Amino acid sequence: MSRDQIAEELPNLAESKLTALVVDDSFVNQTIHQKLLNRLGIENDVVTNGKEAVDVYCSGRNYDLILMDMDMPIMNGIQATKRLREMGIESKIAGVTTRANEGEKQEFMEAGLNDFQEKPLTISKLLSILHKLNFYVQT
Amino acid sequence: MDTLIAQLQRQFRDYTISLYHQGFLDDQFTELKKLQDECSPDFVAEVVTLFFEDCEKLISNMARALDQTGNVDFKLVGSSVHQLKGSSSSVGAKRVKGLCITLKECCDTQNYEGCVRCLQQVDIEYKTLKAKLQDLFNLEQQIVQAGGRIPQVDI
Repeated sequence: MSRDQIAEELPNLAESKLTALVVDDSFVNQTIHQKLLNRLGIENDVVTNGKEAVDVYCSGRNYDLILMDMDMPIMNGIQATKRLREMGIESKIAGVTTRANEGEKQEFMEAGLNDFQEKPLTISKLLSILHKLNFYVQT
Repeated sequence: MDTLIAQLQRQFRDYTISLYHQGFLDDQFTELKKLQDECSPDFVAEVVTLFFEDCEKLISNMARALDQTGNVDFKLVGSSVHQLKGSSSSVGAKRVKGLCITLKECCDTQNYEGCVRCLQQVDIEYKTLKAKLQDLFNLEQQIVQAGGRIPQVDI
């Protein structure tokens, strides 16, 4: 998808200076998710598990969007999402996982997600997340 | 008469198509190619390199676990194959992903022989894919060195 096409899908995205946090223990997925976000002009950081995500927020950082993997060592996506919501964090959290059975998806959603997408992420799926979470400036 | 560039481009096109048709790659590989641009001209090569590093590490972990005959930690094997399935899915490594699904099933039923056989197949399959992608990247290099552009291949 070219920058022009992306700009049509999400007007004013370039001006919105969105920030995102990628939470995933896989280097392959970290690289892909960061590239997807870069392509859409979204500044981003990456951490490798749920505990690091919580620590980053405890240190005072904040992000508009979190892309949260489910299966991670030390603290998984469900635990991290619950913890962040308990802390009062209102960032939009999109669960991204290969686990697709309804029970697991439900459990993840109930932890406090705003949206859920099956991996692997693509430009269309990321745009779908951004649309769903109303990430564009209303004119 | 075809120029060298045209010949290389045709070879590249045919080889790419064959990798999809033979089931080595799927749509997700196409998605990775879409992300490659002037800012990151080696993006696909970088991601697949990370994937092959994953393969080596996780297959080695699983082999070690399966070596503990009589005391195999199937949970460890299961979590390693889940990770490998995830990264193979993310790069479009279709055959590797399919074998990971089968290996997971063997693991879930604690089918030891099945796990050993399947793991051997995963090992062969990722090495085969690695060699084929190396050939593909070599073709790309040859095209660029000859002064040509890498053609867009519609699958």
